[in-house]
Amino acid sequence: MGKSYLRNILSAVSFLLMAASLYMVFVYVPTEATMGIVQRIFYLMVPVAWLSLLSFLIVFIGSILYLRKKQSRWDVLARSSAEIGIIFTTLTLITGSLWARPVWGVWWTWEPRLTATLVLWFIYLAYFLARSLAAEEHRGATFAAVVGILGFVDVPIIGLATTLWRGIHPGALIFQGGLAPSMLLTLMVSLAAFTALYSLLLLQRISMKNDEIEIKRLLGLTAERHNTGDR
Amino acid sequence: MRFLSKALVITWKDALSEMRTKEVLSSVVVFALLVIVIFNFAFGASQEKMLLVAPGILWVTFTFAGMLSINRAFIPEKEQGCLEGLMVCPISREAIYIGKMLGSLLFMLIVEAIALPIFTFLFNLPVLSLQLVVVTVLATLGFVAVGTLFSALAVNTKAREMVLPILFLPIVVPLIISAVKASELALSRESWATLASWLGIMGAFDVIFLVVSFLVFAFVIEE
Amino acid sequence: MTADNGKVSPVWAIDIQGLTKSFGNSLALRGIDFQVGQGESVVIFGPNGAGKTTLIKLLASIMNPTSGKILINGRSLKDNAEEVRRQIGVVTHQTFLYSHLTGRENLEFYSRLYDVPRRRERIDEVAALVGMKSRLHDRVGTLSRGMQQRLSIARCLLHRPSIILLDEPETGLDQQATAMLWQALWSAGESPTIVLTTHSLERGLALCERLLILAWGRIAYQGSTRALGLDDLRRTYQHCVGIEP
Repeated sequence: MGKSYLRNILSAVSFLLMAASLYMVFVYVPTEATMGIVQRIFYLMVPVAWLSLLSFLIVFIGSILYLRKKQSRWDVLARSSAEIGIIFTTLTLITGSLWARPVWGVWWTWEPRLTATLVLWFIYLAYFLARSLAAEEHRGATFAAVVGILGFVDVPIIGLATTLWRGIHPGALIFQGGLAPSMLLTLMVSLAAFTALYSLLLLQRISMKNDEIEIKRLLGLTAERHNTGDR
Repeated sequence: MRFLSKALVITWKDALSEMRTKEVLSSVVVFALLVIVIFNFAFGASQEKMLLVAPGILWVTFTFAGMLSINRAFIPEKEQGCLEGLMVCPISREAIYIGKMLGSLLFMLIVEAIALPIFTFLFNLPVLSLQLVVVTVLATLGFVAVGTLFSALAVNTKAREMVLPILFLPIVVPLIISAVKASELALSRESWATLASWLGIMGAFDVIFLVVSFLVFAFVIEE
Repeated sequence: MTADNGKVSPVWAIDIQGLTKSFGNSLALRGIDFQVGQGESVVIFGPNGAGKTTLIKLLASIMNPTSGKILINGRSLKDNAEEVRRQIGVVTHQTFLYSHLTGRENLEFYSRLYDVPRRRERIDEVAALVGMKSRLHDRVGTLSRGMQQRLSIARCLLHRPSIILLDEPETGLDQQATAMLWQALWSAGESPTIVLTTHSLERGLALCERLLILAWGRIAYQGSTRALGLDDLRRTYQHCVGIEP
């Protein structure tokens, strides 16, 4: 009961924040001078990019806890987060390429952060592949956890290598000049809205997964009863 | 040093088995040479162009050759349940990891030691420098650190030959980037200082992934 | 050796307490309790999927239990895994031998991992015991299945284990080879504790002092083999398991 209560609140919060952020992105915030209207994608791109990282952090934590405790709920957490994470990583790639087209004139550019996101996307794929190709379900969970841990540890190294690779000093990327206060505020609201959405999706997915597990368990029980009843 | 001596017994066993069959070494060396030759066709053979693409060719070759050999690493352990035989021995799971890892490292270094001079010879490039040797050793160590773990994982999956590259390549991206860039600098005879940041990334990768793989290996082989 | 003679508290060779093992959401073992005395031999029967192999793998510490405890000679398997494994020898239908190495090299490899003293002599000794001394220089891959299995027994005996776990060791062997196998094993002397799983009720009954029937991850029956005839055992088995052995 408590959990669905929490989910209701989260739904309301993310709905309100999302509405507010849409208003701010399209009405409140002024158009950026040099890049023009396209710059508004920024308020979508940054939050989805943030979520692709946040999701992987949760995958990492869930994976460690699963390996340590072998309780399926930690696997459910990691797996649910990975499922949401790969969607947001895909969205990051799409918005990134929408951004690249007007700004650089190409759909894809080997810009360091975009490149790193692409590698992250492949690691997410590897996470699901490791799970699906294992012979038994519980081993798949373990293998996925291993990929989740190695993948997350790799993220900063990938970021560093891709940045150096394009000959850009890493420090320069973090703050390229300040944002105007109204822009910063809009960005913050978008970030909050998307983070709330992520939490909601995560809780929803976890509860679905738990229901699935419970159904499987009950099916197993009836099958067994059936078997033992045969003699 | 009981731990290391047990790990080395496993490495010794792999080396002995390899000396018998020459399965990995022969096929991987031939494979590496073929890749080099094919790239030569793909890029033409002009000297200036070669200097430009050589680091890429070198590391694509070593990456694929490495994958081929790492793919084989745990197959003999599965054939007669040998991995379980090792698991009932009074050694830690981590000793198995280190032993297998050192074996793969040894094979890879031998393959590279054969391929690098041939590379020099075929492309007329100054490949044999201390810088390039350091780059190769650092990159190879990271490769086998991650590769040994994933090899143990892939051998328990349905499509093991397919699984390894897909798991392995995204993780070693930083290593490949660094190795290519550092080799490029080494080939144009830059100073050690210009290579430093790349060597740093590879060194950090090696240490981090040796430790992480060491820590999670037991989970991969235990049910 | 009995537990209830009061005076001495005997150390069980194997003491299993509340052992469970689940794979994901399916339970393979649902609470196993049993003890094996020093030098005792126990046979475990049960249909496929009853948890026999899982139980052996847990005892061999190839797997870790989900809950419960295993004590080997009074010491916890979980806490002293490396030390405890020294006292255990395992033979399964897989030989654990590397086919590209010779018999001697295989035995040399394992004796190093077990820190066997005076390796050469010990290898000759166990090879003679299983009648494989003359074939030690052949690559294992060129030997017949029965010979490989005999070498596997030599491998298991190398470090003089006080407990031997046998998981369907006769699988894939013909009658004659099986007979040789058992002879080799039982002539090893030193009367180790033995836990055996097998499909052959007849052989299990003949070889072991105590029997256990596993069904659905639980112990369905246990007792001495002495008073039990083969027909009684068949009936009991059918009653416990619900299907023909």
